[in-house]
Amino acid sequence: MSGLSSRAWFVSGTAALGLVVLVLLALGAGRYPISASEVAAILWSHVDGTSRGGTADAVVWQIRFPRIGVALLVGAALASAGAAYQHLFRNPLVAPDTLGVSSGSALGAVLGIFLGAGFVAIEVAAFAGGLLAVGAVMAIASRLRAHEPLVTLILTGIVVASLLGAAISLVKYLADPYNQLPAITFWLLGSFAAASGGEVRSLLPAVALALIVLLTLAWRINLLALPEDEARALGVDTKRLRAIVIAAATLATAASVAVSGIIGWIGLVVPHMARLCVGPEFSRLLPATAIFGAAFMLAIDTLARSIAPIEVPPGVLTAVVGTPVFIFLLARSRRAF
Amino acid sequence: MLDVRDLAFGFGSRRVGSDVTFSLARGETLAVLGGNGAGKTTLFRTLLGLLPAQAGSVQVGGDALHSLSPIERARRLAYVPQQHVPAFGFSVEEAVLMGRAARLSTFARPGESDRRIARDALARLGVEGLAPRPVTELSGGERQLVLVARALAQEAPILILDEPTASLDFGNRARVLSEIDRLRGTGLSIVFSTHEPDHALTHADRALLLAEGKPLALDASDRALTESNVAQLYGVNVRRVMAGGARSVFVVEEGRPGERR
Repeated sequence: MSGLSSRAWFVSGTAALGLVVLVLLALGAGRYPISASEVAAILWSHVDGTSRGGTADAVVWQIRFPRIGVALLVGAALASAGAAYQHLFRNPLVAPDTLGVSSGSALGAVLGIFLGAGFVAIEVAAFAGGLLAVGAVMAIASRLRAHEPLVTLILTGIVVASLLGAAISLVKYLADPYNQLPAITFWLLGSFAAASGGEVRSLLPAVALALIVLLTLAWRINLLALPEDEARALGVDTKRLRAIVIAAATLATAASVAVSGIIGWIGLVVPHMARLCVGPEFSRLLPATAIFGAAFMLAIDTLARSIAPIEVPPGVLTAVVGTPVFIFLLARSRRAF
Repeated sequence: MLDVRDLAFGFGSRRVGSDVTFSLARGETLAVLGGNGAGKTTLFRTLLGLLPAQAGSVQVGGDALHSLSPIERARRLAYVPQQHVPAFGFSVEEAVLMGRAARLSTFARPGESDRRIARDALARLGVEGLAPRPVTELSGGERQLVLVARALAQEAPILILDEPTASLDFGNRARVLSEIDRLRGTGLSIVFSTHEPDHALTHADRALLLAEGKPLALDASDRALTESNVAQLYGVNVRRVMAGGARSVFVVEEGRPGERR
């Protein structure tokens, strides 16, 4: 099996290199184009402390750098959460958005904004909302004892998400139309436009914690993809492991949603692409998924701010990519993943 | 190895079966027979500690089953479930390596020695060539053998197989059964369920016949599987005919049980 695992290293390594190149390109691209050599010079000037300021410096260092950081973290977090949920539910069609976790987190965050809470409180509310949503979906789907468990779980997720969407609409309706409502609406669209260093600093610990937990348990998470009885007979404390994985994946989702609103499809599409490249074994799948997710999100965001005179919300672009891929997955869902 | 006394089992307060008593020594094989819904799988889940016993006791290697941690249970009892199509295309080697979970700490990944054990388990079943194939692309018989290999990689002294020959074709059935014979020869204690009285006659030392959860007979296979017991168990008229050597097989006859004599 060393052949496959060295291939996994090759894939992840190549993707990581590609990601570095992508970051350099993204720093230069946009409505104020900056050449690659100038980007390199500006970055270096901040490393050796000879920065002279100026417009290009401000654009690269104060505007694009934090924005790229947020995009990378959100992409890695949502994709990794998707991969974890897919193993956990033995279902390649679930993702933070199809499970209702994103909507639950969004409701928590919207309530936080509505009540004028600070950023940490908004993150906590988003986490609580996400846990509540995934708990509700699991409870309902398991009581339905359906014939088609794969599809039932998705349908339950969609139903719960639409209910949470109604609750979000209610909060919007009650919100102050001059200050809160525009803030909530733009944030819900999913955007990195307002990203600053503060957002990177609040996002990083939550995402890092979630990914480290998933990575240290990675091999054991494979066993959650087996039927419950089999995993337990193999010596896994499935209840506890499942709770930890749900908490980690939901934390990653909630932190992302609290910063950038609902950005769909990444958690569904990226793990699938990674699985095609490195296989389903989770300790290989997770690093590949995180790198692919970061690169995908950054590419989408860079496109979103450079293809048109005004910014296109990145959630719109991910949907354009994600919808056909989801239909493709659904069509072959009777076959193997 | 395995001591079961007055065991009652079921889900919550619902009773599925009771009064099951048997003990299994090292290198011994017990076949469990019973019609659909007789409680074979529920009995197995209780023996594995996946369901709590409603009454009575299960002792494994001298310790009460309920006092053992999940890991300790998995080190003593290995389970071969009925085969099914898995959700993800793990390679066969990865799937067999999962049998090592009870031998590894929570954060550990399998190392070279675990890989060797996994490859050996596949080799013992003569299917080491399957190692790189995705489990989703195997035939039913191959998948069953992979599940047996995973149980072997667990290195538990007791092997519990739930209908290991169900949904297998004639050749694969024979292959799996001869593997069970060979494993018994290596000192493993084996419990398996089957719908074929013939398999119990040829491949098990003893047979437990379950009718609606209660033992109808528990004895050496040859003595437990009489024509009248089998007829009563399945509600069809059968005759046991000699098939050459010391072997005999069951043949279904016309008419309702009891009519013939």
